[in-house]
Amino acid sequence: MKENSVLEMRNISKSFPGVRALQNVDFTLCEGEIHALMGENGAGKSTLIKVLTGVYSKDSGEVYVKGHDNAVSIRSPQDAQNIGISTVYQEITLCPNLTVAENMYIGRTKNILQNWKKMNADADKMLSALGIPASATQQLGNYSIAIQQMVAIARAVDMDCKVLILDEPTSSLDENEVEKLFGLMRDLKARGVGIIFVTHFLDQVYEVCDKITVLRDGQLVGEYEIENLPRIQLVSKMLGKDMDDTADIQSEAEAYDDGEAEPVFEAEGLVSVAGIKPFDFYIRKGEVNGFTGLLGSGRSECVRAIFGADRVIGGKVKMHGKPVKINKPIQAMKNGIAYLPEDRKGDGIVGDLSVRENLVLALQVMRGFFKPFSKAQAYKFADEYIKLLDIKTASADTPINSLSGGNQQKVIVARWLLTNPEYLILDEPTRGIDVGTKVDIQKLVLKLASEGKSVTFISSETDEMLRTCSRLVVMRDRKVVGELTGEDLNQNKVMSTIAGGGE
Amino acid sequence: MANASGTKERSKFLSVLIKIITNQMFIPIAAILILTIVNLVADPSFFAVRYGTNTEGAKLFAGNPVDILNNGTALALLAIGMTFVTAASGGQDISVGATMAIAAGVIIKIVSGSNTTSSTYAHPLIVAVLVALLAGILCGLFNGVLVSFLNIQPMVATLVLFTAGRSIAGWITGNLSYKFSAPSFKAFGQTFPGVPIPTPIIISIICFIILALIFKFTTLGLYVQAVGINENSARLNGLNPIAIKLSSYIILGVCVAIAAFVTVARTGTFISSTFVKDIEMDAILAVALGGNALSGGKFNLTASIIGAYVIQYLKTTLTALGINAVALPAYKAVVIIILVIISTPSARAWFVRQWQAIAKKFQKVEAKEVA
Repeated sequence: MKENSVLEMRNISKSFPGVRALQNVDFTLCEGEIHALMGENGAGKSTLIKVLTGVYSKDSGEVYVKGHDNAVSIRSPQDAQNIGISTVYQEITLCPNLTVAENMYIGRTKNILQNWKKMNADADKMLSALGIPASATQQLGNYSIAIQQMVAIARAVDMDCKVLILDEPTSSLDENEVEKLFGLMRDLKARGVGIIFVTHFLDQVYEVCDKITVLRDGQLVGEYEIENLPRIQLVSKMLGKDMDDTADIQSEAEAYDDGEAEPVFEAEGLVSVAGIKPFDFYIRKGEVNGFTGLLGSGRSECVRAIFGADRVIGGKVKMHGKPVKINKPIQAMKNGIAYLPEDRKGDGIVGDLSVRENLVLALQVMRGFFKPFSKAQAYKFADEYIKLLDIKTASADTPINSLSGGNQQKVIVARWLLTNPEYLILDEPTRGIDVGTKVDIQKLVLKLASEGKSVTFISSETDEMLRTCSRLVVMRDRKVVGELTGEDLNQNKVMSTIAGGGE
Repeated sequence: MANASGTKERSKFLSVLIKIITNQMFIPIAAILILTIVNLVADPSFFAVRYGTNTEGAKLFAGNPVDILNNGTALALLAIGMTFVTAASGGQDISVGATMAIAAGVIIKIVSGSNTTSSTYAHPLIVAVLVALLAGILCGLFNGVLVSFLNIQPMVATLVLFTAGRSIAGWITGNLSYKFSAPSFKAFGQTFPGVPIPTPIIISIICFIILALIFKFTTLGLYVQAVGINENSARLNGLNPIAIKLSSYIILGVCVAIAAFVTVARTGTFISSTFVKDIEMDAILAVALGGNALSGGKFNLTASIIGAYVIQYLKTTLTALGINAVALPAYKAVVIIILVIISTPSARAWFVRQWQAIAKKFQKVEAKEVA
């Protein structure tokens, strides 16, 4: 082992039936280093991490950890923790109904008796040392997701960890919360902890990481110092192509900027039970616009009100200038509106059902209870869209659960395209999916617009919205605070409108 | 070369085997096979089906296999409704025994009128059956409203009728024991003159056909599963989860009424306190034996129906083996625990691992032989 490394993985290989998930992958993590593990979905990131944490057993290769002379064997997550490798997952795996301290110390003592006072005191000391604004005796569920995430990290750190794995920790956090998390990460780095950071957000990688290891198709592409790897190169290494997709898109976006077409959908004073202020909104034929604002600013609530996903309690809506009534999703669907929800797992996919069933669901509901599609017809639809959107699935009968996030999202997109909507609302379609699929979805949005469909696009990544939208509705504190078009469509202007400093 | 293809065939065989073991229908079908083997060893004449004359002089088929299908009818019908309720609402209706008593009480009261023992119709049978259907639907509606509108846990919601149902049935029949022996009434629970097959079997077949048609010509299956798996998503796809949950309870109500009719017609007698006692647990067990998750979502109706007949098969087998009626539940419990353990995913995964280990051994042996 090298002098300052805390973890070395050598020649790791792992196969699943029919797939070589990892082939001779090396990975080195140094003391006090934040190391990004990058790759598209299916590149082998999660497999490598699961091997490291003992969830999977490796087929071959060695793992060395600082303080152990020989290669260590990690057979279970407990083994991993015992030798100082802790993991914080994307989804919170703590218990919201227990207190913060209980969550930090649960399952860690072998004693039957617990000194509650000491435990709470220890927890408070730890929390204040790490600057986490939480109190040991409060219920965890009372805190925001970001703080829960930090408590999970505190728990991991307190287990004397040398290696901390953060698997997509930021995907449900807003920008402020991400900043706080980064502060904590830098703090741990200063204490000498090696951090493996898995994320899909390129910005975040360049903000906080020291090194990047890129995987592709189960193989190591390389390890790079962050200064020596510009973004474009990182993306091309991840995709394995030497092209600049994002530049492609930019030019397409400018081609479809038509401000004169008639409005397809109009809303006046629309308000729902979700607690947004009444807002006005319209979208023209062939237009791509978007709602932007911080997480929790009400952008999702606006589109949910348009679709009738939350109960509408006021306002008027018109389709093609004619007043219509939209109180329930089915009414919106019959008026040619489609809505891809923000929470893919909770609101989008129907887990145990097959890709085919998920794909035809919306169209089937519109068609009616007594007119089921024949199996042959459903397969035809499924096969057509699997091909069209390049959905990677073993077959149309595979449960949607077993697809990767990006492919699940494509199935939901296909579900709505199948209903042939005039107006498509995409709420965070690119969250938590790989770069390749992100680019696919952005391209698709622009293609749909060129075919005369109207699209509302919401994304946490402002870049992405600037690239695709010709008009942005800006929200702050559950209120529409501005609208940007033309030359105002740039990062600075968006930021300043969101922040509202100029007023 | 021959050896290599042999290995290939074996691994193909193995993958087919794993597919069979992990199939949802594996447990109920395996249970049938095991019971069949037990009976073949103990007494092959168990399976004899005779075509003969019964004590009343009617020609008909008889024998254990016919009895199983005949006596399993009520349970199979309940299993259908219970599967829908389980899938849509992620819970079970424990009031089916009590609501069956209500429906049966309604029937016997209407046909008997004020006489507790009679053989002439006080009111036409069709009126009795329609009112019983209405009663079943009302009970389903009551449970369904509690579960779907008020979001009460199914088991708690149906506890109300579970507790009150037999009292209501007792109130309808004045807490008296009824006996109604019109031949055309009992024909629905036994046989029609000139028809060699017991009527309950015919009724069950008609119900299965109707069910198959419902699945073919409506989207009920897809909607129920979508709501059961992800209610939010179902709603955002334009479905009305409340209506779908409610209708699953109404379907169960209809099943309850038909099952009650068949059961009360079989003997022509009715006592509210003992009528189909504990059948609700068998109905839930049938759904579980069919490999359906009791937490709802995806379901397989055929598997549930087979599950119901497995329970009846088990009862008939234990009786045929001469096991004392008092000890019967204990034996049943042993078999149930075995079946339920085998049907858990972890047990099946264990089986699959064992098979893979065996296959690996084979491959090693063959590799040695080749060398």
